[in-house]
Amino acid sequence: MAIVGTSVHRNDAWAKARGAAKFTGDIRLPGMVEVAVVRSPHARARILEIDTSRASQINGVLGVFTARDIPGKNLVPLVFQDMPALAMDEVRYHGEAVALVVGDTREAAWAGARAVDVKYRVMDAILDPIKALDKDADKLHGNDNVFRRWTVKKGNVDKALQNAHLVVKGTYHTPYQEHLYLEPQSMVAWWSDEGYIEVHGSMQCPFYVRDAVAAVLGLDLSSVHVIQATTGGGFGGKEDVPSTIAAHAALASFLTGRPARLVLSRDEDILVTSKRHPAVIEYESGFDEQGRLLGVKARYVMDAGAYATLSPIVLWRGTMHAAGPYRVEHVDIEALAVATNKVPCGAYRGFGEPQIHFAFESQMDIAADKLGIDPIEMRLKNALEPGDTTATGQVLKKDVGLVQALNAVREASSWDSRFETPGRKQGTVRRGLGVSAVYYGVGLGAAGQALDRAGAFVQVMYDGSAVFAVGTVEMGQGMVSQLSQVIAQELGVSIERVRALPPDTNLLPDSGPTVASRTTVMSGNAVLNACARIKQQLLEATAGILNEPVDALTIEPGRVTGKNGAATLDEVLHRCFLERRDLASTGWFKSPETTWDEKKGQGSPYMTFAWAANVVEVEVDTETGVVTPIEIWAAHDVGKAINPAQVRGQIIGGSLQGLGYGLMEEIIHKDGLMQNNRLSQYIVPTIGDAPKINAIIIETGFEHGPYGAKGFGEQPLIGIAPALANAVYNATGKRVKTLPITPERLFAALHDDKTVD
Amino acid sequence: MRIEFEVNNRPVVLDTEPDRRLLDVLRDDLGLLSVKEGCSEGECGACTVILNGRAVLSCLTMVGQVQGGRILTSEGLVKDGELHPIQKAFVEAGAVQCGFCTPGFVMSSYALLQRNPNPDEDAIKQALSGNICRCTGYAQLIEAVQAAAKANNE
Ligand code: FES
Ligand code: FES
Repeated sequence: MAIVGTSVHRNDAWAKARGAAKFTGDIRLPGMVEVAVVRSPHARARILEIDTSRASQINGVLGVFTARDIPGKNLVPLVFQDMPALAMDEVRYHGEAVALVVGDTREAAWAGARAVDVKYRVMDAILDPIKALDKDADKLHGNDNVFRRWTVKKGNVDKALQNAHLVVKGTYHTPYQEHLYLEPQSMVAWWSDEGYIEVHGSMQCPFYVRDAVAAVLGLDLSSVHVIQATTGGGFGGKEDVPSTIAAHAALASFLTGRPARLVLSRDEDILVTSKRHPAVIEYESGFDEQGRLLGVKARYVMDAGAYATLSPIVLWRGTMHAAGPYRVEHVDIEALAVATNKVPCGAYRGFGEPQIHFAFESQMDIAADKLGIDPIEMRLKNALEPGDTTATGQVLKKDVGLVQALNAVREASSWDSRFETPGRKQGTVRRGLGVSAVYYGVGLGAAGQALDRAGAFVQVMYDGSAVFAVGTVEMGQGMVSQLSQVIAQELGVSIERVRALPPDTNLLPDSGPTVASRTTVMSGNAVLNACARIKQQLLEATAGILNEPVDALTIEPGRVTGKNGAATLDEVLHRCFLERRDLASTGWFKSPETTWDEKKGQGSPYMTFAWAANVVEVEVDTETGVVTPIEIWAAHDVGKAINPAQVRGQIIGGSLQGLGYGLMEEIIHKDGLMQNNRLSQYIVPTIGDAPKINAIIIETGFEHGPYGAKGFGEQPLIGIAPALANAVYNATGKRVKTLPITPERLFAALHDDKTVD
Repeated sequence: MRIEFEVNNRPVVLDTEPDRRLLDVLRDDLGLLSVKEGCSEGECGACTVILNGRAVLSCLTMVGQVQGGRILTSEGLVKDGELHPIQKAFVEAGAVQCGFCTPGFVMSSYALLQRNPNPDEDAIKQALSGNICRCTGYAQLIEAVQAAAKANNE
């Protein structure tokens, strides 16, 4: 029986369901102290003085530490080396860390933090990324406030737009989005005077955490031992941010000699951790009379916040996808990540793609409407297919499932019999249907190629149980159970007896980050590589038992069969033991080569793409502007579903996050100060907001994927907001180009002709 | 102050300040770590426990308020090492991803099925509306409660 491809129950779910899984906040160590962080109340200010005397006298406070106490470098290393662990002379965003207070209880630490007296001289803050680009704007970074600029160039777009039958122009605004993983950021660090530090915590990227702790303490990488704890959701929010949290906990432990824990409060977590970048996006798209896309010109400006963090590569991914999943010969894309005095934005499921998908999928819809073409037909006319070349010049192979995905949602939603031309609807409450097409480059791609590698360790015990570890993490997405399926499939062991060990930076090679929907492909292949060596041992031992050549043998669940007989796995393992065979192996995988020529703005940036189409149905109350999502159909080409139930879980969960992005989630600033950093004020979808979401799985395989699987976990979020906006247009005839589509915003569009396209 | 109550069918006697959060007492004094803190202000439901048969938010409940009460947490649903049918249904329906919200959802579901063994979808949504899950998209949670109700009635 095949185990890969079936919906086995996740093996980490049992402990989680009984409440026994140990998250970072559940770790109890003897003598453990708590850390609180003193944070900037200003968007930008000079630090004149930090007076710690009053705080130090508070009962239970064990130490107050500032940038001057850092033994190594005051740096959280990432793409650029620009972000300090603790602000030194200037604070650059509301909530930036200024000092650490260690207390023997959380209450003591917090009381101490409140008592630290920091004198600031408030400075003028740069808040608007477009204004930050002005020549005479104050400079936060370099001589133009631009952290990074990327372009894609192909053909002659100006000529193509001149010759086009229709040119659609639009400017789109997208908001911040907060991850709101349910477990706040948390970290425990334990310095030992033997000369090493152990760090346990909630994280996506143990190797980034290691690098940051080594930097601030001035240690060898081998003296920083990072072990991931059970992690309560990430969605990108635990990619780079845990490096800072860990640096703070590690400093506290090193400077007090006690195990130290830092758990952010929810308010603090929303205030200071990374978010999806707000963006201003301008598009000009040209079409011929039949609706064929001739040229795309776009400018994508991201508000990156106070430090570069991951913005350069978030922007890169967005830029690579900015022409849409369509055939188009003439392209000119310019994208900029701009410094402002706000929270540094970073990775969030989709990584620079949801913003531009919202813009270009709105453009496609406007064009379809103007040309009188059905919106799904419009996309099918232009959809990339096997053998096509993308806007960046990448030639696609066989695994392009966009047409299948579009046809699947078309049929499942009964689109053809239910879609009506926009604007013809009457009545106060109106229904509408909208569609979007999506693609997602799998893995880190050419901009992150050096990190696109992964290691694994697998060991089969002589009782038939097995353990494994990989350098990527489980954060809820289902990695552990998929990799367990791979091991059970390859080695014949029972999946209930496969146990995952947590990622450990000293025992596993640097496997890069757990991001970019790369884990299934990367760690899956690394595990396969490790299993291949163990498998060889099992087969050689069986050959001796059955007297048959190795190539006549097949591993099945619990046994190895040959042409003339079979041996149980127990027998085979016993033989392996007697023959002193090594049933432990490491495994390794490097992603296939990708390319990016920055000067030309062309290349083959990704090893492959996942593809998707979404249909969203809404009901709009035109008197109040309230949009009620009724149903979603989401079809995703995942290559091969190793565990279909979990693929469905990713589609439904990701789609709902996308709905939150389109409908309700936004961060509000006033004069650079965040106003709604509480769960009661930052609204995410609850069970009552969730419409029926129909998950459709398309499998086109992938030549380098384990069993043909691609990564796709981020993709479900990306296409919901554009399909939603298109559905609202279909219901009302009003086009909203700013997310989220709140009742106030839609009401204004419905009742003020100026804001209407 | 001396406070007596029952947790997971065992008597507890504590000498503590009555204005401490029940959440902290359960986690720090009694080691019941299934009770999670997601927001500290009554918005996420991760800290849900059963008090005298009703689901309450332990981050908003002071320990002085539970004097003489009966409390149940996710740990208390496990009998002889076997998961409770609701917990099993969560695993089997795929309602667990990161698992941080899970104990809270399990307790809200338990309270619902105690007072309504046959809830329809609206009743389930109503009962779980105070719990946030950022991973699953909720569909599998509804399916889990339906499966648990069915298993219970068989
Ligand atoms: S922690 Fe109690 S409701 Fe969130
Ligand atoms: S499973 Fe992660 S929040 Fe619910």
